[in-house]
Amino acid sequence: MTTPTLDHPTFKLVKDAFPGKKFLATEFRGQSTLIVEPADLHEVMVFLKSDPRADYCFLSDVSGVDYLNYPAEMPGRFAVHYNLICFNRDDRFFVKTFVNPSLPTDGIVPDPTLVVDSVCDLWAGAEWMEREVFDMFGIRFRNHPDLRRILMWEEYPAHPLRKDYPLRGRGERDQYKVVDRTSG
Amino acid sequence: MGIEAALPVDGFVTTQLRRVINFARRNSLWPMPFATACCGIELMATACSRYDLARFGAEVMRFSPRQCDLLIVAGRVSIKTMPVLQRIYQQMTEPKWVISMGACASTGGVFDTYAVVQGCDQFIPVDVYVPGCPPRPEQLIEGVMAIQRHIDREGMPPPGGKRMPLGIAIQPTHAPRPQPVGLTLGN
Repeated sequence: MTTPTLDHPTFKLVKDAFPGKKFLATEFRGQSTLIVEPADLHEVMVFLKSDPRADYCFLSDVSGVDYLNYPAEMPGRFAVHYNLICFNRDDRFFVKTFVNPSLPTDGIVPDPTLVVDSVCDLWAGAEWMEREVFDMFGIRFRNHPDLRRILMWEEYPAHPLRKDYPLRGRGERDQYKVVDRTSG
Repeated sequence: MGIEAALPVDGFVTTQLRRVINFARRNSLWPMPFATACCGIELMATACSRYDLARFGAEVMRFSPRQCDLLIVAGRVSIKTMPVLQRIYQQMTEPKWVISMGACASTGGVFDTYAVVQGCDQFIPVDVYVPGCPPRPEQLIEGVMAIQRHIDREGMPPPGGKRMPLGIAIQPTHAPRPQPVGLTLGN
């Protein structure tokens, strides 16, 4: 396993712009990732978008990860990834933030600690991607304009991409009304 | 009906009304394609010139269920899609038949997950199951022909006009040949 080379210029920009804040950084096969605290996320994202030296004009993807039973030690159970692109420099940069649940993760009760600031005000395209992360992992986004489920139906009783959710579900796929010849 | 050859010179034949109706019904099945996955591609190929579903009178794909009498469920059905499929089925007018095309529509296939219905026959009546992943067009035509044979034999509808699902499973009979098939010119 190679040591990460943290030579991406954006690391230094962020470090200089936020001297008091705590960051982690990693790199794998040329892809650099900055790990921020959830409380600092929005501030850092504003910087990465608006600063002319960073200039990440495009948010390519937002995704969630559940690190339950992950072999390596991680800073938290759930992560939210932001995949940023600067078209002018042809540069890709990842921002990652970790959140930990405070309630049991088998339901859909809003968890006060599974909350991340929305970046919809910076990149409007984040809206549906954040809805997907919410739908699949139950991570809520503060100040999101329309945080509803996007793939599963409204009444779905779980967040299915959580690792403690069984692959075949808890019987949701079997509980549906049956149409037969007499009712059809 | 196969009576054309038996037509006498003066062009006049007597038969039963039921047979005439069944003849017309059998040769004018209008499919409602509910194509949600790769089976839909084979369904399109079946309707195209090489396999030509029009030979069986079933080429008129209508995307309005009220004009159709043959629902072809081609592809996996997620639970979120199930209400749509049921609504389409209910909107079709009697008499109507349902083909479940391919492994996913019939059993859920490899998609044994929380979101996918494990066989659409759990929630709507299915008359003919066509196996395959996806089935070849020949196989689907075999399924259409199974329904045609059934219509041919069909008598008066039961009271209320409702039938039971037939539950016919098509057996894989087709041995694939190299495609395209070589053309031999006679000498």
